[in-house]
Amino acid sequence: MLLQVENIHKRYGTAEVLKGVSLNVVAGQSKVIMGPSGTGKSTLLRCINHLTPPDQGRVLVEGVEITSANLNKMREKLAFVFQDFNLFTHLRAVDNVAVGPRKIRGMNKVAARDLAMRELERVGMVERAEAYPAELSGGQQQRVSIARALAMEPKVILFDEPTSALDPELTGEVVAVMKQLASDGMTMLVVSHEIGFARQAADEIIFMDGGHILEQGPPEQLFASPQHERTRQFLSRIGEGGAGA
Amino acid sequence: MIVEILITQMPYLLHGVWVALQLLVCLLALGFVLGLSLAILEVYGHWTLRWFGVLFERIFRGIPAIVLLLLFYYGVADFVDISAFTAAVLALGLRSAAYQSQIFRGSILSISHGQMLAARAMGMSKPMAIREIILPQALRLSIGPWTNEFSSEMKATSLAYVIGVVELTRQARYIISSTQGNILAVFAVVAALYFIFNWLGNWGLYRLERKLAVPGFEQGGQG
Amino acid sequence: MSEFLEFGAEHLPYILEGLPITLGLWALAMAIGALFGLLLAWARLYGNKLIYGAATAYVEIFRGTPMLVQMLFIYLGLPEIGIVFDPFTAAVIAIGLNTSAYQAEYFRGAIRSIPRGQLQAARAMGMSQFQGLRWIILPQALRRVIPQWSNEAILELKYTSIAYAIGVSELTARAEKVGYETFMFFEVFMLLALIYIVLTGTVAQILQFLEKRTAIPGL
Repeated sequence: MLLQVENIHKRYGTAEVLKGVSLNVVAGQSKVIMGPSGTGKSTLLRCINHLTPPDQGRVLVEGVEITSANLNKMREKLAFVFQDFNLFTHLRAVDNVAVGPRKIRGMNKVAARDLAMRELERVGMVERAEAYPAELSGGQQQRVSIARALAMEPKVILFDEPTSALDPELTGEVVAVMKQLASDGMTMLVVSHEIGFARQAADEIIFMDGGHILEQGPPEQLFASPQHERTRQFLSRIGEGGAGA
Repeated sequence: MIVEILITQMPYLLHGVWVALQLLVCLLALGFVLGLSLAILEVYGHWTLRWFGVLFERIFRGIPAIVLLLLFYYGVADFVDISAFTAAVLALGLRSAAYQSQIFRGSILSISHGQMLAARAMGMSKPMAIREIILPQALRLSIGPWTNEFSSEMKATSLAYVIGVVELTRQARYIISSTQGNILAVFAVVAALYFIFNWLGNWGLYRLERKLAVPGFEQGGQG
Repeated sequence: MSEFLEFGAEHLPYILEGLPITLGLWALAMAIGALFGLLLAWARLYGNKLIYGAATAYVEIFRGTPMLVQMLFIYLGLPEIGIVFDPFTAAVIAIGLNTSAYQAEYFRGAIRSIPRGQLQAARAMGMSQFQGLRWIILPQALRRVIPQWSNEAILELKYTSIAYAIGVSELTARAEKVGYETFMFFEVFMLLALIYIVLTGTVAQILQFLEKRTAIPGL
């Protein structure tokens, strides 16, 4: 069991956004979390790596619980890909990817750069290695941010709506990278509306609504015969016209 | 006649410039170190530090530079010997720190929060994220406003005149007394010297800004 | 601490006699600065090449050189060519001319920030350039300039202390006098510092209040 999330509660003011959510991810699995907007999907992801500390509940990575004492170390194992990419604007693409290994892992300059170039190649961005984020399109930036995540050799990658901020023509290149990663055996937990990825690459779909996990199961099962009315509603709504709820 | 006098007195004036520049460098350095530290502590530190920072700024921006100079020279001399130059560096340096901390705080805050999140999510500690990700960007963004501060402090060095620092303005006074007249000419030259050095400083900082610029780097983080 | 309070009680009245001078100096200088500043702004926005050049040179010189030097120039230098001012007047002129250069830039910026369409609409209905500026542009620009103008006002209030160097008997000069009489320099300058903090703080509050009162939504 690579990632164990137990009973996460989170409230903002008077509203309880996460009402006791638990899930597990085994090594090599790709799980996609779907659901209507505002059900706390992104919040859940941010609670997992404590960017937003949960009010209750715990998260275990490889059996070790995340606490404030080991937080930074644990985060090295949990890479995070943001909806808004959040590349470091003052660094070129290759340096964005290399900065983690260099500064956190203590790798020397040359080794880090080699590693960075390898990861950039993996996401198809090696020709633009010297470009600054501002010079790249959204899809390119997101791919660099995936390379940046990979460079830290994480156990799990958390994706927070990786394509939601992209123009439709650009989502394809990012989804392609994600599919490749899944088939390479990377453990992934993805919050997304991308039906294509969910159908083809996910081992399991987790459907959330109202701060709970309503149901979960393999894509064929969930898409073909959803148990709950809400799930059915949601799927039919996004089934029409492709991705995007 | 006037030209003759100006030529013979120029070495003294230039010495005044030299003293003023030394004063300027010292006070800006003090202001930089203290101001940057204050800004970082105010943004990332405990809330009590915010209050301290606000208090510090309130005090050092609410008191005229001249009064600070008098306080640090005559006032401190009541307890311990202090040279006019040192008093000037302290008075103007602390005041500059108050202004500079505001500049740096503004720059740090204008960097999109997502950058910090990405750095932390990767496993960087807060201090490392500040050092490697936030500061390089914040300092670049600060150069513009800092240039204004530079000009302001360059002119402020003239105030050290009142506590006897023999910088440019006081040199001018000495020259006027010793050569009996030519007041307009001397002050005009002095004004020109300030103007020229101010312009040089601005130009240098502008070049620095250009050199360090990163493409597309307008206001803080991108997506 | 109690000696400090005693000291304050004894000498505060004398020092505060300088307050009207400080405030008078400030008010007059700000008035000159505002009027002349507006004129300079106009010159740099709408003047012909010559006027623009002269105004720009003025602004560059007064912003690029120290106020103390400007004040000494006016007080000590001008008598050489027959223009003599008493210390107070010289200080008012120096501070006034200095602030006018800064205010000119603030006004210019504020006027330029008003969308062109406003003046176009005014002209279209038959107003002259002057009327358009007077009735449509300025009222908006002046409101936009308030934050920077307030900043400038506080700055100039502190700069009045420079007048001490040419012998004006304002707050700082009086404090120094007390210092020389009692040799308690630390106490007297701490007292002076406190006076200025209270003064600038109060003025800042008043200006903030005025800013809120005159605010227009969307401007």
